[in-house]
Amino acid sequence: MLQSINARAVLVSLVLLVVTLGLWQLSHTSSEADTEMTEYERLMGGAEPQAKVPPPSEIIGLAAKELSNPFYDAGPNDKGIGIQLGYSIYRVLTGFGLAALVAIPLGFLIGMSPLMYKALNPFIQILKPISPLAWMPLALFIIKDSEASSIFVIFICSIWPMLINTAFGVAGVRKDWVNVARTHELTPMNTAFQVILPAAAPTILTGMRISIGIAWLVIVAAEMLVGGTGIGYYVWNEWNNLDLTSVIFSILMIGLVGMLLDMALATATRFVQYQE
Amino acid sequence: MAEQHFLEVRHLGKRFDTDHGELTVFDDVSFGLDKGEFVCIIGHSGCGKSTILNVLAGLDSPSGGEVYMAGKEVRGPSLERGVVFQNYSLLPWRSALSNVEFGVRARFPGWGKAKVREHSLRYLHMVGLKDGAEHRKPAALSGGMRQRVSIARAFATQPQLLLLDEPFGALDALTRGTIQDELLRICAETHQTVFMITHDVDEAILLADRILLMTNGPFARVAESVKVSIERPRDRTTIVHDPGYYPIRTHLVDFLVSRSRELSERDDAVRDAGHAREVRAEAMAPVEVDPAADARAEAAGLVRAQGPDPHAPPPLKAVNGN
Repeated sequence: MLQSINARAVLVSLVLLVVTLGLWQLSHTSSEADTEMTEYERLMGGAEPQAKVPPPSEIIGLAAKELSNPFYDAGPNDKGIGIQLGYSIYRVLTGFGLAALVAIPLGFLIGMSPLMYKALNPFIQILKPISPLAWMPLALFIIKDSEASSIFVIFICSIWPMLINTAFGVAGVRKDWVNVARTHELTPMNTAFQVILPAAAPTILTGMRISIGIAWLVIVAAEMLVGGTGIGYYVWNEWNNLDLTSVIFSILMIGLVGMLLDMALATATRFVQYQE
Repeated sequence: MAEQHFLEVRHLGKRFDTDHGELTVFDDVSFGLDKGEFVCIIGHSGCGKSTILNVLAGLDSPSGGEVYMAGKEVRGPSLERGVVFQNYSLLPWRSALSNVEFGVRARFPGWGKAKVREHSLRYLHMVGLKDGAEHRKPAALSGGMRQRVSIARAFATQPQLLLLDEPFGALDALTRGTIQDELLRICAETHQTVFMITHDVDEAILLADRILLMTNGPFARVAESVKVSIERPRDRTTIVHDPGYYPIRTHLVDFLVSRSRELSERDDAVRDAGHAREVRAEAMAPVEVDPAADARAEAAGLVRAQGPDPHAPPPLKAVNGN
């Protein structure tokens, strides 16, 4: 039954894909003029009265070309999609990693101590809703480096979900388990690592998963701002080149990488998940 | 002080601040446990049994009074006092074996990996967990199995005092019976000193050497200490035929149904009259009762005593007589 449901879901997905792409493709070709074009018309982009979104066939063609050689580097404005994505992933993982190093221990502290929770809560509540990009000018001024500034923006946007989820998970550890640690005379360190961390791990990982999702959303915008390298810069650069085929291709690549990052964290969550 | 027990509980009291002023759950609770003794405590909900157990465990601190174990004051939790909680309190991300190993490693930090495993497996086998069940996570075990793991963990740390907080409360009658048998057997082997909370009168009679009876809260106190002089080894199926069984059972049920309330009301009256000291004096020494011995003495002298008892066991009793 389950397998047949999976099989049917795949079938429905494929049908939706084919129908959407087919309609898209058809809408493009149907309006194409049958008459012979003059050379001038051809030079002007097919004599279309209006520029059109390129059809899927063109995007697939470009994808095949780009993905067959993703790591070429022909100067600042012509790098392979792999290199651009690589820059973005590097920035996201660095900012995210630094955020985890700060957020998880701090979240532990907040979760364990009602005093620290109350003391830090106002700061968290004010800092959390700030759009990470709002930090960008300040970061550029203080850090004076666009690369490091975009990493800082990732850091600041990934920190909140991890911090809040860690505090929430740690504060919510069942008192019985803490009592088990106490009756077994565990040191505070051992209690933290052997009881509280595994107990709160699923909640912490969920926070990390939310964080990496947000970080991947923000990096595109951040790179559009700072420019130079990265998938966000690539999208904006292709827009300036009026190369919509590349824009759509890179949008799809952003989605693909985002999905892979989310799946990685989802897999990690499964490893620490437990059933009560 | 008359005599020094292994565990001495003196004038224990617990008060909470509530919106309506101070609430005294129990007051001036004093009793002692000897080494190797199995003591059950029975009382209605709200009389503070669990709080007393938590104080003995070191997880809760009393508002007044003190607890001494082996001459030393109890302050904070210790591996010398193992606890089995009603909800098992197993760490769900660890397997049954790993849960026991957790306790063993905490108790014997110097032991090697193999020794910890061997010791843990021995205790798991003792409570009947084998054939792969020891490698399952608690979620994949039945309630009875989980409580067995919890008991194994407590015994494996070899505490001087074992505290059981209604360990079988959440189990079905059949499972409860078999685990009671296990506990009975293990205690006989290890001479473990046990303090146990229960709501089940029959369970208390089966397991305990002595049963402490608490009056109703607030201002609960230990009113009686009932000695269970039914001989060991005891057996769940035949213990009901012991001539001492029903007198004790009737005595306990009577207490729970009426005397616990009557005594509380009397305490209240005395307290209202401003004679707190009087209640105090009585509370310091629970009345010692041994209905089983009384019944035996009667059975030896007079046949009359057994006739009119409405709970009298079936005729089989004569065969099983002491």
